[in-house]
Amino acid sequence: MSVVEVVEHGHTEEHEHHEQSFWKKYIFSEDHKTIAKQFLVTGILWAVLGISLSVLFRIQLGFPEADLSWLRPILGGWITDTGKIQPEFFLALVTMHGTIMVFFVLTAGLSGTFSNFLIPLQVGARDMASGFMNMLSYWFFFLAGIIMFVSMFLQTGPASGGWVIYPPLSALQEASPGSGLGMTLWLVSIALFIVSQLLGGVNYITTIINLRTRGMTFSRLPLSIWSFLITAILGLISFPVLLSAALLLIFDRSFGTSFFLSEIYIGGEALSNIGGSPILFQHLFWFLGHPEVYIVILPALGITSEVIATNARKPIFGYRAMIASMLGIAFLSFIVWAHHMFVTGMNPFLGSIFMFLTLIIAVPSAVKAFNYISTIWRGNLHFTPAMLFAIGMVSLFVSGGLTGIILGNSALDIQLHDTYFVVAHFHLVMGAAAAFGLFSGVYHWFPKMYGKMMNQTLGQIHFWLTFVGLYLIFVPMHYVGIAGFPRRYYQFTSYDFTSVFSDMNTFISVAAIFTFAAQFIFLFNFFYSIFKGRKAPINPWRSTTLEWTTDNPGHGNWVGEIPAVYRWPYDYSKPGAKEDFIPQTVPHSATPESNFPSDNALIAEEKQIESQNYNDQFKTGH
Amino acid sequence: MELLLVLLVLVAVVLALVVLGKLTGVVKGLNPSNSYPEEPGRANQVNAWMFLVLIVVGFVSITWSYLHSTKFYLPEASSVHGRRTDDLFWFSMGLLTIPFILVNTALFFFAWKYRYQKGKRAAFYPENHRLELVWTTIPAVVMAILVLTGWKAWSDITSEAPEDAEVIEITGKQFGWIARYGGIDDNKLGNYDYRLIDAQNEVGIDFSDETSFDDFTNPSELHIPVNRPVLLKIRARDVLHSVFIPHMRVKMDAVPGMPTKFWFVADKTTEQMRAELGNPEFKYEIACTEVCGQGHFGMKMVLVVEDEESYQKWLASQQPFLKTYPEYLDRVPANLKAKAAKYVGEQTASAE
Repeated sequence: MSVVEVVEHGHTEEHEHHEQSFWKKYIFSEDHKTIAKQFLVTGILWAVLGISLSVLFRIQLGFPEADLSWLRPILGGWITDTGKIQPEFFLALVTMHGTIMVFFVLTAGLSGTFSNFLIPLQVGARDMASGFMNMLSYWFFFLAGIIMFVSMFLQTGPASGGWVIYPPLSALQEASPGSGLGMTLWLVSIALFIVSQLLGGVNYITTIINLRTRGMTFSRLPLSIWSFLITAILGLISFPVLLSAALLLIFDRSFGTSFFLSEIYIGGEALSNIGGSPILFQHLFWFLGHPEVYIVILPALGITSEVIATNARKPIFGYRAMIASMLGIAFLSFIVWAHHMFVTGMNPFLGSIFMFLTLIIAVPSAVKAFNYISTIWRGNLHFTPAMLFAIGMVSLFVSGGLTGIILGNSALDIQLHDTYFVVAHFHLVMGAAAAFGLFSGVYHWFPKMYGKMMNQTLGQIHFWLTFVGLYLIFVPMHYVGIAGFPRRYYQFTSYDFTSVFSDMNTFISVAAIFTFAAQFIFLFNFFYSIFKGRKAPINPWRSTTLEWTTDNPGHGNWVGEIPAVYRWPYDYSKPGAKEDFIPQTVPHSATPESNFPSDNALIAEEKQIESQNYNDQFKTGH
Repeated sequence: MELLLVLLVLVAVVLALVVLGKLTGVVKGLNPSNSYPEEPGRANQVNAWMFLVLIVVGFVSITWSYLHSTKFYLPEASSVHGRRTDDLFWFSMGLLTIPFILVNTALFFFAWKYRYQKGKRAAFYPENHRLELVWTTIPAVVMAILVLTGWKAWSDITSEAPEDAEVIEITGKQFGWIARYGGIDDNKLGNYDYRLIDAQNEVGIDFSDETSFDDFTNPSELHIPVNRPVLLKIRARDVLHSVFIPHMRVKMDAVPGMPTKFWFVADKTTEQMRAELGNPEFKYEIACTEVCGQGHFGMKMVLVVEDEESYQKWLASQQPFLKTYPEYLDRVPANLKAKAAKYVGEQTASAE
């Protein structure tokens, strides 16, 4: 393996580094840090595209009279002669926005970036268990992205049946132009994406379990690592179910099977398919789809835990409770999927069970929220942009989560299902909250990623504009939902009950465009700082975890031995300590002034930790 | 006008933020610091105070915008179960507003109160089991209340329809609804088979079943009697659709190959609603809430709720399918021809 070669080489000829080729170093890299940056930059590009699409359909909804002829150079025939977005294209926009944001931005962009970047650095490993699989993970994602992108340029348009691609709409070309080649490419793209997720997930789990450094017991793992571990397990269990659903759908579409099709009359003829069930697809889809929500939010919660503890200069409150609640959420996330299906006609008794299980999730979620607040309580808060976004994340998670309690109630879901109330709910609780986790993580770990500081003031402005902007979009959207406005409607003028409230829809659109515009502050700050940012010190936030013990890390992460770990990751403001933080690498024997009686017992273990083998997959120091 | 107001508020917020942003920028500029870790400066104070401002401005805006929006909400539900779920909805919303306010206020207030102060040290306070137990128990109890009330309502709403319910079939297709009634003679819906669907027989009525003979369909209006349970038998012809009657708080998916159902009691006629809302144009509407293709946003059907008398009159005025399309008599098996002929009778006679 070239990785080993490089290290061996570096070891024997101390200062003479064997330079990797450009391709090996930046493109087909097996270095987890480079792969993390690849995921991040790709995720950011997808986010710009995904949010732009939402701006387009918000223009349609907020300004139905607007003349969009000026978009014709880009969108061509999708703009009608009268300057309107075509109804079919509207659905394609909604579908692509959902797919891109959920899978490419908040799954790959968030989890891909931070699991890759932080797992080896925070558990004390030189790289992922398999650098090669990790590289494949990114390139499968890249390929999935290319295929999805290409599908947007088809004459018949990309998939347009909603991101949930319910058959029969998605299975029958006669039903919608987007269900033709666009849907085929969607399925191929997502299948490749699932491969990418599985390759990544296996690696994350293996690395966390097998490659922890000396002394890094599970009870000393930062909460970010716990969240990445649980996320990877969720993905590993649930993504294959989506893969099977996608495969069965491919069979129905192309090979004449009837898994999801039955008794259909379309395009002037009765199809021969009998005995399938469209509801079966929904069960399979949501068996992934619901854990997916937590695949998106758990890493954000993990990142937030790190950032809040560091910048409040306080240990995270209830470390064990935080882990337990994440485990609880993860477990429950597998047995609540049918709350997306209360009004599909499934047995009402099943609905009762799923309502009960769904509402239980509120308990561990509430515990997490309370624990964050207790962490802030009596802290000494540094409002770095990362901290602001972490606080914002908690607020969005709580505000959006509360309306989930309404929607999880099957009796109330009858009226609210597939209205804007749902859209507002999930955009706050998983969309915006997870995006805030992403922003928080980028601002926090940027110094370690690029060795540069991002501009703090721009970051703070970015936070306030985004935070206020999001509430301006999604609070009014709840009102629109209470008024009964259905989702995925091209226009609201067909009905009397939706022809009120047009001002509010305009307002939401204005707020959305405004919030989108604010993101360019971030884009500028991000790309500018990579090249022109101030040089970052090793540990700019005075944090305790392992990644801050190495200088802007090269391949192999630490020069010399991998550090050993002697304490938990949250020794902030420990009474008696000289500094307001004690890194995980400092043994208790070195800090007699701040040790609790229970800590003194740990001193005896230090010898044992030191004598353990390195668990260094490269065998030697770098 | 309202839009203008709202836009003004938005602009004001933006300006305020830009000014604040500039301010922090300027302050930053005055204290150039090239080394990290950096002592949090004035910017830290500004951000802390912003949280305090946010609490006040946030709650004022939310309260105002909520009050402003209430007049656009749907009127009180016109169905018995609808008022129950509405009550439950507003009860739950009221209950959940408490944690919404408490949590956000605590979060932002503590952020402000415990902003960085030079020389201060944060408390080392890693856990408190009693406290954690308390705030695990409280949400659990609240959830239990919500689950029980919701479960009771849900099981009542989804229970079997009463015997005397008026059974009407509604079928979704791209892009419209078709209502089918059992007819005034037997008031029973005949069998159907999707393979019998054609341009006229849009829902595939099976004329080998004698209960179909007096069935009639209507592609634009659904009439139902007031104060009597109505059982909708819901079908879809091509892709998923979903029957949504916003004023009745009714929603149920229409699934090809899997008939679904929903029963409810409407207790306000269209006329009553017109009087109540002072809007002589008012109509109950049926919409589709499951994305079904490009015409999804326009799958409208009008629902007419009327008293028993005019409902019966309307039923009687409708023409059985066989009468409109007498050629379907061919589909009737020989032994039932005589019975079916009764419905074709006059019409064919007069047409010929």
